[in-house]
Amino acid sequence: MPTSASSAAHALADVTASDSTLRRFLHGLPGVDAVGLEARAASLGTRSIKTTAKAYAIDLAISMVDLTTLEGADTPGKVRALGAKAVRPDPTDRTTPATAAVCVYPDMVAVAKEAVAGSDVKVASVATAFPAGRASLSVKLADVREAVAAGADEIDMVIDRGAFLAGRYLKVYDEITAVKEACGTDARLKVIFETGELSTYDNIRRASWLGMLAGADFIKTSTGKVAVNATPANTLLMLEAVRDFRAQTGVQVGVKPAGGIRTSKDAVKFLVLVNETAGPDWLDGHWFRFGASSLLNDLLMQRQKLATGRYSGPDYVTVD
Amino acid sequence: MSDRLSVFKTYKLYVGGKFPRSESGRVYEVTDANGDWLANAPLSSRKDARDAVVAARKAFGAWSGATAYNRGQILYRIAEMLEGRREQFVREVADAEGLSEAQAAAQVDAAIDRWVWYAGWTDKIAQVVGGGNPVAGPFFNLSSPEPTGVVAVVAPQESSFLGLVSVIAPVIATGNTAVFVAAERSPLPALSLGEVLATSDLPGGVVNVLSGRPAEIAAPLAAHQDVNAIDLAGADDVLAKELEIAAADNLKRVLRPQPVDDWTATPGIDRMTAFLETKTVWHPTGSLGASGSSY
Repeated sequence: MPTSASSAAHALADVTASDSTLRRFLHGLPGVDAVGLEARAASLGTRSIKTTAKAYAIDLAISMVDLTTLEGADTPGKVRALGAKAVRPDPTDRTTPATAAVCVYPDMVAVAKEAVAGSDVKVASVATAFPAGRASLSVKLADVREAVAAGADEIDMVIDRGAFLAGRYLKVYDEITAVKEACGTDARLKVIFETGELSTYDNIRRASWLGMLAGADFIKTSTGKVAVNATPANTLLMLEAVRDFRAQTGVQVGVKPAGGIRTSKDAVKFLVLVNETAGPDWLDGHWFRFGASSLLNDLLMQRQKLATGRYSGPDYVTVD
Repeated sequence: MSDRLSVFKTYKLYVGGKFPRSESGRVYEVTDANGDWLANAPLSSRKDARDAVVAARKAFGAWSGATAYNRGQILYRIAEMLEGRREQFVREVADAEGLSEAQAAAQVDAAIDRWVWYAGWTDKIAQVVGGGNPVAGPFFNLSSPEPTGVVAVVAPQESSFLGLVSVIAPVIATGNTAVFVAAERSPLPALSLGEVLATSDLPGGVVNVLSGRPAEIAAPLAAHQDVNAIDLAGADDVLAKELEIAAADNLKRVLRPQPVDDWTATPGIDRMTAFLETKTVWHPTGSLGASGSSY
């Protein structure tokens, strides 16, 4: 463990000097104990969170939701409805916190921006030929610049999984730094690894470090468009990575699991992972997000249940 | 022949087409009419009730959208499956209610016949309580009975099997989905019925079987915002009143307990119409021609 943050940052500066140093560094990361990782994630999922702790967790989870609509069929009306819901998730209860952000395709950023105007809700936009990422760098950068110009506060980029799996780590690194530059100083960059396509836990650990070295503000599990999305195990792995990265460099990076988190129970399990792995510093909408759409309704129904003592139903939340 | 080890049956709930234990992990002892131990039954908690409602809601779209003819076939299939396990149910009903084998057999036969009776009603009830209405204007005016939704049922306490079938069959025959709380002291026939339903082409979640204390499980069901109706058949006066008050919150349909002296009597259609809502559709026929008719 290095003595100070600055010297550590210096030490890591060398690793991106060339493709071979970067590969040596990433392949030098300790291998992941898959069985241990899954067992740890599962055991943390058994914590019992009740009553006031549950109420706190639900409100915290709501304030961490990136309310997402990424469909070919998105209309301006749907994006406006989503924006209204993000600002005031439960119109019948004004104590409900707003969500962290809405997440849309780049061409819907302007509409979303208008819909959340006057609130603290951010507008995140996927870019870089989401979800496949199979386009030339110039196309990806144009995609990002347009989204930023339209007012996006956050950019969710996908890495070039093809290059990553082929071992061309520097290409991935250069792409992330180029996108980071295109984001400018205002927009935060979330880097999506699509963990379901990286096939091994070792690769997820390498991708996490690669993304953080390249200047990601957030590392994000997946697009939500493939079969395997956020799981407790791969999120735990990424939380360990951001914890270790901050210990070495002093730079804090956020984590965003996305896809497949649908129930309050799941969300609370992830919050336990965050608290027990990265620590309470990450228990904030600025450092941890849920990429989700149906999760919010379940959180609201649970919130109503806690407030009234009666089980709520889908008739009492919006149909999105 | 060598001595075999006894194979005791673990009675489980039937929720969403699966056979879970109670989420709470609790069980309670079920005894026969003489007080001798029969088996342990799951003691459901309110979370089991919640899960059952979620399952019932999920199943509602497909079940209410299935053709009445198809629902009739499936109800008949339940009767067929019950017939094949008749001996088991005779034994369970005899133990539960302290009946002789002949008396219990009569109950089981009546229950099987009841499924057949309601199977026949699925595609006829719409003709009896719905139809075309004559109106003073160029409209077709049609009334059609529609299922209410998710129905919670407190099963009759005294008739553990025939009474149960008599309250469940009309609920699902008309396209509702059901969550029922089995008779507290004699839940075993109801829990075994779950196994029959699972093998009868009945989609998972259409009927959900809970066992335990009605006072504990029925209260959250009555207050549940996603339950559309409640049948209080097996609730005593005090509980029925409590549940009716809780049910008022989201304007559930409530079927109050009605004294039934003889469950074997032909039931009539009241239990079906209790959980049907009449939808009336006005459809323009276009302007009337000189002959007074547009067609």
